[in-house]
Amino acid sequence: MTETSSALPPATGGGRERSLEDQRRRAAFWFLVPMLVMLFCVAAWPLLRSIYFSFTDTTLDNLYGGKWIGFDNYLYRRELSSGRVLWRGTLADADWWNAVWNTVRFSIISVSIETVLGLLVALVLNARFVGRGIVRAAILIPWAIPTIVSARMWGLMFNDQFGIINDMLLKLGLIDHKIAWTANIDTAMIAVLIVDIWKTTPFMALLCLAGLQMIPRDIYEAAKVDGVNPVKVFFRVTLPLVRPALMVAVIFRMLDALRIFDLIYVLTPNSAATKTMSIISRENMIDFNKFAYGSAQSTLLFTIIALFVILYIWLGRVDLGGKDAR
Amino acid sequence: MTATDIIKKVAFYFAVLLIVVVAVFPFYYAILTSLETGTALFRVNYLPEVIDFANYVSVLTARNFPRSVLNSVFIASVTVLGALFLAVTASYALARVRFRGRALLLMTILAVSMFPQIAVLAGLFELVRFLGIFNTPWAMILSYTIFTLPFTVWVLTTFMRDLPLEIEEAAIVDGATPWVIITQVFLPLLWPALVTTGLLAFIAAWNEFLFALTFTASETQRTVPVAIALLSGASQFETPWGTIMAASVLVTVPLVLLVLIFQRKIVSGLTAGGVKG
Repeated sequence: MTETSSALPPATGGGRERSLEDQRRRAAFWFLVPMLVMLFCVAAWPLLRSIYFSFTDTTLDNLYGGKWIGFDNYLYRRELSSGRVLWRGTLADADWWNAVWNTVRFSIISVSIETVLGLLVALVLNARFVGRGIVRAAILIPWAIPTIVSARMWGLMFNDQFGIINDMLLKLGLIDHKIAWTANIDTAMIAVLIVDIWKTTPFMALLCLAGLQMIPRDIYEAAKVDGVNPVKVFFRVTLPLVRPALMVAVIFRMLDALRIFDLIYVLTPNSAATKTMSIISRENMIDFNKFAYGSAQSTLLFTIIALFVILYIWLGRVDLGGKDAR
Repeated sequence: MTATDIIKKVAFYFAVLLIVVVAVFPFYYAILTSLETGTALFRVNYLPEVIDFANYVSVLTARNFPRSVLNSVFIASVTVLGALFLAVTASYALARVRFRGRALLLMTILAVSMFPQIAVLAGLFELVRFLGIFNTPWAMILSYTIFTLPFTVWVLTTFMRDLPLEIEEAAIVDGATPWVIITQVFLPLLWPALVTTGLLAFIAAWNEFLFALTFTASETQRTVPVAIALLSGASQFETPWGTIMAASVLVTVPLVLLVLIFQRKIVSGLTAGGVKG
């Protein structure tokens, strides 16, 4: 590589400078190649193969025996001899649309609540008070706990017979009988939402706090001197200034929520009320030996997420790269 | 102080208390449960009644749980070291050298970190089978690169961009090559960033579930999250809550301690990617 040319004298003339710059570019190229090759192997290639599989009839036990069948995994029309027309494929699959609805519902509700709560927690943490460091450390704990462990912990707390949630609610008089939170169709999604909000609000709060701390204090002092109502200050000053940080946080959370898998897999396995696109796709791919069908579903999820990102960046004009990356 | 000031202050500290209790209580309750055995498990306690380490003994002497911990330590460590090695040189190029398509490349790397894992699962499954590493730690080490590498590259690039230009210029005047600049000039300055990024990547690899669930088949090859998720009792109707909580506490306490020790750095690491600018 370039180590051999280290004996170059200090740059003086224009030509020398250019060769130095060239040397740096060459080095940069070789520094980037290993990372790019690795990313190609673990991201680009598997993605392309997954998309390819979705157009075949590949099965798990015969990975290389799949034949090209076009869009049949997505949608196809079959006319029976009786003249009845049947639609088959993921796009005509009620389970798939149920999963889409679950995922969208989960993502919108959880991210909305997390954003509001995260901002509130950040506002509290942004004030100066005794023990602020301890509180900031404490809210990192839910974030640090592995998702699987949170799912198990809350699974115990949500237990219908001896769960502490039922006990608390009974003692407070909010419910009059024990509820099977994770098993009940009506409450399974609520249980999942509670755990997800508990676990990820800290992340939201930290990102909001980082945004809040970049707002110069003198703006608030000026507002105070002018006697502006605190609520007005929040909506006119704080919110607009913290908006860029908030937008980035929301997009990261939204992408996480759209692909949620582990929490639901452990907390409410097999509940039709919480099955998301990732869950149903893996189920088909691995458990039901419908490898290609599951791939079609994962490809659809990828498409939805990609469209969402493009739309969000376009609508929100989010500057994800920061100033220097332009 | 007026009465309204006092009420405001009380309300504020009540909010603070509420935040702390909600954040910490589930973990406290897990510790409480892990110290209970027998019928105590089926009574709701808010404070410890008995302290019994039987669950911890049974988890630590179980045939496969210690093995899962070792698997996770090995996988997460190798993944992080590999990602850091590849990311240091790459982030130097991305942060310090001007070339055409740099912004596009950074956006592509960021996009990879946003991939839904399920979208690459089928392709990775084929790759893992093709390489003959199914049901070995290498399957996880390879597949975890998809989220650790973009993350470390991205964060290290933002850190490296903030290093002063003068240091590098002085090194160039002294005739240092880019390789020498990275290893002898930047690396000593960069180690706090490396520790933070490495720790965050380690946590991500430690917690990963989908790939670990799909690419392992035998109990001895499981990682910690898979082992905890699949821990079950003798029958389907009997969940060994005490053991599960003991295992959960064992794998979480080191993480929580690390996070608390490095909390300042972690917050700056988490926010380095997006919020700047």
